[in-house]
Amino acid sequence: MSQTDVTGAPRRGKVLTLDTMNPNIKQVEYAVRGAIVQRAVKIEKELREGAKKPFTEVIKANIGDAHAMGQKPITFLRQVLAMCAYPELLKDDAFPKDAKQRAQRILEACGGHSIGAYSASQGIECIRQDVSRFIEKRDGGIPSNPDNIFLSTGASDAIVTLLKLMVSGEGRTRTGVMISIPQYPLYSAAIADLGAVQVSYYLDEDKCWSLDVAELRRALRAAREHCHPRVLCIINPGNPTGQVQSRQCIEDVIRFAKEEGLFLMADEVYQDNVYAEGCKFHSFKKVLFEMGPEYSSTVELASFHSTSKCYMGECGFRGGYMEIVNMDPAVKAQLVKLVSVRLCPPVPGQALLDLVVNPPQPDEPSYSSFMKERTAVLDALAKKARMTEQIFNKVPGITCNPVQGAMYTFPRITLPPKAIDKAKEEGQVPDMFYCMRLLEEEGICLVPGSGFGQREGTFHFRMTILPPAEKLEIVLHKISAFHQRFTKEFS
Amino acid sequence: FYFWSGISVGVHERGPFFVILTCTSFSPAAQRVFLYSRRLLTPRLLKCDIQGEKKPYKDVIDVCWGDPHGAGMKPLTFVRQVLAACIYPQLLDGGNLPMDVKRRAQKLLRWCDGGSVGSYTNTGGILEIVENLAQFISQRDGVPAHPENIWIHPGSQTILTLLLSSEATPKRGVLVPVPGHSTVPLSVAALGGVAAPYFLDEERGWELRADELRRALASARGVCRPVALYVINPGNPTGHVQSRKSMEEVIRFVAENNLFLLADEVYQGSVYDANSEFVSYKKRLYELGPPLAHTLELASFHSASKGLLGECGLRGGYVELLNMDPVVMPYVERLFHLIPSPPVTGQIALELMVEPPQPGDPMLDGSFPFPQETEHTRRTLVDNVKRVLQVLNRLPAISCQPVRGGAFAFPRLHLTTKAIRKDAGMQPDMFYCTKLLEDTGVFVSPGCEYGQKEGTYHIRFGFLPKHHLELLRRLSAFHLKFMKDLS
Repeated sequence: MSQTDVTGAPRRGKVLTLDTMNPNIKQVEYAVRGAIVQRAVKIEKELREGAKKPFTEVIKANIGDAHAMGQKPITFLRQVLAMCAYPELLKDDAFPKDAKQRAQRILEACGGHSIGAYSASQGIECIRQDVSRFIEKRDGGIPSNPDNIFLSTGASDAIVTLLKLMVSGEGRTRTGVMISIPQYPLYSAAIADLGAVQVSYYLDEDKCWSLDVAELRRALRAAREHCHPRVLCIINPGNPTGQVQSRQCIEDVIRFAKEEGLFLMADEVYQDNVYAEGCKFHSFKKVLFEMGPEYSSTVELASFHSTSKCYMGECGFRGGYMEIVNMDPAVKAQLVKLVSVRLCPPVPGQALLDLVVNPPQPDEPSYSSFMKERTAVLDALAKKARMTEQIFNKVPGITCNPVQGAMYTFPRITLPPKAIDKAKEEGQVPDMFYCMRLLEEEGICLVPGSGFGQREGTFHFRMTILPPAEKLEIVLHKISAFHQRFTKEFS
Repeated sequence: FYFWSGISVGVHERGPFFVILTCTSFSPAAQRVFLYSRRLLTPRLLKCDIQGEKKPYKDVIDVCWGDPHGAGMKPLTFVRQVLAACIYPQLLDGGNLPMDVKRRAQKLLRWCDGGSVGSYTNTGGILEIVENLAQFISQRDGVPAHPENIWIHPGSQTILTLLLSSEATPKRGVLVPVPGHSTVPLSVAALGGVAAPYFLDEERGWELRADELRRALASARGVCRPVALYVINPGNPTGHVQSRKSMEEVIRFVAENNLFLLADEVYQGSVYDANSEFVSYKKRLYELGPPLAHTLELASFHSASKGLLGECGLRGGYVELLNMDPVVMPYVERLFHLIPSPPVTGQIALELMVEPPQPGDPMLDGSFPFPQETEHTRRTLVDNVKRVLQVLNRLPAISCQPVRGGAFAFPRLHLTTKAIRKDAGMQPDMFYCTKLLEDTGVFVSPGCEYGQKEGTYHIRFGFLPKHHLELLRRLSAFHLKFMKDLS
């Protein structure tokens, strides 16, 4: 092999190296599947190979995956999807009429009557219409236009696509994206990948993770020194914090967005997961429109929803949508173009979404069993939310805000200074050090708070409340015991 | 020539259902026009039963899309039965599904967390399925494939994201085939890169020539820093299948010019010509031996969207990476992590694609349709291809290179000057397609959507089973009239 290439330049070796690759990638991190999960997978492998450990299984309480933790799929949803996959089943008497009717309707909307055909890039039209109707019903009649609905591959796809659209400028004019601390790390990773500037605003841990507009203002002012903030992202109900924002808070945020000229991105994938007394889900769109035309005709908003959470837990289907409000038509045309590049969202996910927005009605045969299953899932989550808060708050050194909604708890842990030093010695962030120890000693996999962002000097971990109640109780007690051991060891 | 770079600006309606986007190029004189006909079109024109509208045709024949099921190909029964059983495991208790289907579904469900297809999977796909993909590739190529290099992941966007950077100066470039699938230059431009075209040689059966690659590269170097070469084999829309010689030339060209090779091989299961053989770029690379085999960076793409499965809507695809710098790999993984998990139904489709029921399977009962279904589809496609070429090559003012593989015919329209000047606002082949749809209900796509040599015009259409004869009949009748009217 000669040492020079055809132009006479010295041969460079690999095309794709650390230096030549897209530099933004270096900043991309996604803690939910990061180092600790990789270690958990290794440990699982070791267990399978017969290694002796103080535990017999790894409990993966790191990812919001309900079915993996034993939650059962909703029968009605799976019946319709099975018939969509294999339409011969439409002849089977074992399936109820309302399920068959929905399957037929979905298949008729598919090319060649098959869920294996590409759909329109924006999503199957009749499903977008159903989504609009669902939104109108949810929001007390406020109109929703199917043309403003974009079906997507889970909510993540839509979130990343929209961020792509918004990122522009260079240096001081580079797009800034406001996102909460703590946040779901998809946002920070996407922001890094796109080379946008992350503008962090802190949620108030002492006030149950609520959002204070004064803090938004502070963050915005500081950011304007070095970038051009264009977007404000909110996760409600929150991930990892579980807080459900009050209606007043949502109004304040909308007012702030209007004053400061920010595009609002409202991540509402946990909208059915609300447990705490006195808490209620208010959709950003509804509040926006109830604030009158001065706001509803000007504030640019995108709301996101998905089939991965709530009572369905169907992460593997990758169903989701976004609704855009007041987007500049020229920009919307670009968005339409952008989504066409990835051809279309998975059709089974679109079908599933259709069922979520068009569930059995009271006069239909599947209604009672559907509602029973749905209620059971949400009630169990509410119970587990309360149990988690109670058990953790009994442990000295662990403080747990009420889990108002979503599927996680994000308790604050006090780490002894010696532990912090030991972590530093090992080159690990202190809460990662803590979580790794927990994994090795108890086989419980959590995600350290550093993966989500937290105030300097504080430490947290995120745990899902998805394992079945009896198991969860054991896990909570194990973590409590571990925490006390850990504290003692490093005191 | 022209370059696609940073899609922007003009979006406007033109004609009843086509939307044209204009892309600015570096050459001030050249303006490129692309069509987004398919996914943006108004359903109106495709409906025959609208009140008060009389149409000269009673049904629309839609062969515009690269979508087998949409065009009438039936899904494979085995695939759909397994899928249904995985989605609704209660079916495993009933007596209606064959034993082999049940066993397969049970196996797949064991690989899913919580025994549910609703769970997230590993980012790169269910481990057992990835291992089966590796085995499939090894058997296909006679060269070992390693699961660590295989990622179940949609499309080529992620790999392109690695190679391109919106902030780079000069801009990074990817050499892309013309004619070629339109999402390729768009993906590149959307990621801040420059899509630099290389032209396939129509007179030589759409051959990829090394001298053209050299010309394209030299030209591209004037406006960007080329980092990769994108090849589609078997070709879309051209239907050519690369010869071993041509592949060797490509490999050497890429090596000499320090380019990353991106091989889109999704049509590998669709080769019709008895004299053509699909060889994967990985296999060809290994045939050339070290040092190339151990140094050339290659990303090969395949999917369950084409071939006999045709399951586009399930979104099951994978990429195999070869000879990547190990230091870069952890970052590649991070990028893959941005998609929490590939759709499980798509993963199942991939699994069934690489591990179909085998002949001689003891559980295969006589009424099991799998072998008959696949054989029937295969034979129909081969027949259809033959018929398309016969019909097209017998008509005046239209000619078609041999379709050796892929899913489309891409014949050339030899338009008269009168036809070319007919509608100044529209590309001549788009005008042809519009008129074809309005007059006969046959929906094909124009060559300008894929790129073509200046002054040449083409149409693309699929030749999948349904309505094939009717399609040819209407197209022939229309074509003769069109050419006569505009002579």
